[in-house]
Amino acid sequence: MDNFLQQVINGISLGSIYALIALGYTMVYGIIKLINFAHCDVYMLGAYIGYFCMTSLKLGVFPSLVIAMLACTIIGVLIEKIAYKPLRNATRIAVLITAIGVSLFIEYGTMRFVTANVRAYPPMTGWLAERFKIGNMTITAQQILIVASTIVLVALLQFIVKKTKMGKAMRAVSLDKDAAELMGINVNSTISFTFALGSALAGAAGVLVGIYYNSIDPLMGVIPGLKAFVAAVFGGIGIIPGAMIGGYFIGTVEVFVSGYGNSLYKDAVVFAILIIILIVKPAGLLGKNTKEKV
Amino acid sequence: MLEIKNLDVHFGVIHALKDISLTVNQGEIVTLIGANGAGKTTTLRTISGLKKPTKGSIIFEGRDISSISPQDRVKMGICQVPEGRRVFSTMTVLENLELGAYLRKDKAQIGKDLKMVYQRFPILEKRKKQAAGTLSGGEQQMLAMGRALMSSPRMLFLDEPSMGLAPLFVKEIFDIIKSINQAGTTILLVEQNASMALQIAHRAYVMETGSIVLSGTGAQLMQSDEIRKAYLGG
Repeated sequence: MDNFLQQVINGISLGSIYALIALGYTMVYGIIKLINFAHCDVYMLGAYIGYFCMTSLKLGVFPSLVIAMLACTIIGVLIEKIAYKPLRNATRIAVLITAIGVSLFIEYGTMRFVTANVRAYPPMTGWLAERFKIGNMTITAQQILIVASTIVLVALLQFIVKKTKMGKAMRAVSLDKDAAELMGINVNSTISFTFALGSALAGAAGVLVGIYYNSIDPLMGVIPGLKAFVAAVFGGIGIIPGAMIGGYFIGTVEVFVSGYGNSLYKDAVVFAILIIILIVKPAGLLGKNTKEKV
Repeated sequence: MLEIKNLDVHFGVIHALKDISLTVNQGEIVTLIGANGAGKTTTLRTISGLKKPTKGSIIFEGRDISSISPQDRVKMGICQVPEGRRVFSTMTVLENLELGAYLRKDKAQIGKDLKMVYQRFPILEKRKKQAAGTLSGGEQQMLAMGRALMSSPRMLFLDEPSMGLAPLFVKEIFDIIKSINQAGTTILLVEQNASMALQIAHRAYVMETGSIVLSGTGAQLMQSDEIRKAYLGG
């Protein structure tokens, strides 16, 4: 039982990371119907920015987290402006291939500057090095940091999307671009705003992963990015609560497969789940099957 | 108030609007009638800025707006109720109305306008917390019109407001259009229901395959044999 609860705790920690990344995929998909493959690299850049803040600038965890989020916001908006905006009226496949190109460009461009070597995040000190024992279970302060940060960020995101004018514009554009434009909503700046939000969350996830797993490298985004994408599809792509549910589900499944089965199979199981969802409920857990209008 | 001069619009090689010219004076209801595919919706989309013209000018209150953004046009007081209503289906009725006032900053006046919209469409107040997609077709049309009124437009463009509505609702919608006009908003109405449109319109234009083929007062066109045969069923 204790082992089971321990796995749940680990699953929730990992799931938080997937959820944070999946939110960016799902919001961007919701608004421009693009799988932004470069999103996982924004997460990687966030991890590196956090790393340099902590090592070169000797900043604390929270200032580093905030700086990484801000920097990723700018990077996300730039990616959209430079790579995707000129293709607004192009076919979807052209934008998709561009996204793959941007992703590779960032990965190998980053390698040029920081080398392909794995780097270790500075060891956490003070309260972040604490471990709490409850019976046979251990909760680390880092896990608490991850889960708490995720809750705060998601609450903030919900507030922005549900209550603010910009959030309402985002939802309007994702529902009906033309009608939104007729209301005087600037579609381009709404799209930029969506990239900004998603990238900030990815940046936060990057720093949190660096702290939790302690190692980062320029290709660190690839597999978590794919899994977060699976999470977004699982919950119903384009649906914000769906990405959360998907993130936690995938995180937990992965931890359980490693804990009770064989950790070699964890990725295989995640992608097997993707295949099953696509067969059984192609629109995802919370998605509605809509017919394409002709 | 609105003057369109020699407007040409292309979709690729297709010449959708050919040399369209029309005028709408302050306070009028002008209707644009014609069969499916005549170019009525394209005309409205070009006026709103969703479609770029290849030639010609759109003068609104003395200023050529043909190259400014749709946002700036809304700011100037142009608002379009699109064909098929296009309400934001998963958002609430109130959120839809708030989005209508997206560009406005005068909170107090927005509150007053919201009251005015609720007065005009009491059903919207009853359903304000409901998702717009759950409303009936007629109610969605009212919401789309209420949403447009929230932008406090000087001129309202209605695209097929009676489409797909029960006859009882059609009558109601046309009464509402008339009363919005009487309250001071100039209206350009695109309709397939020509007889209803001609009854409330001061003037009318008839479109056929991308050109304006006939114009006159509503009463004149109702008497015209051509119109009776083509659009009014004898």
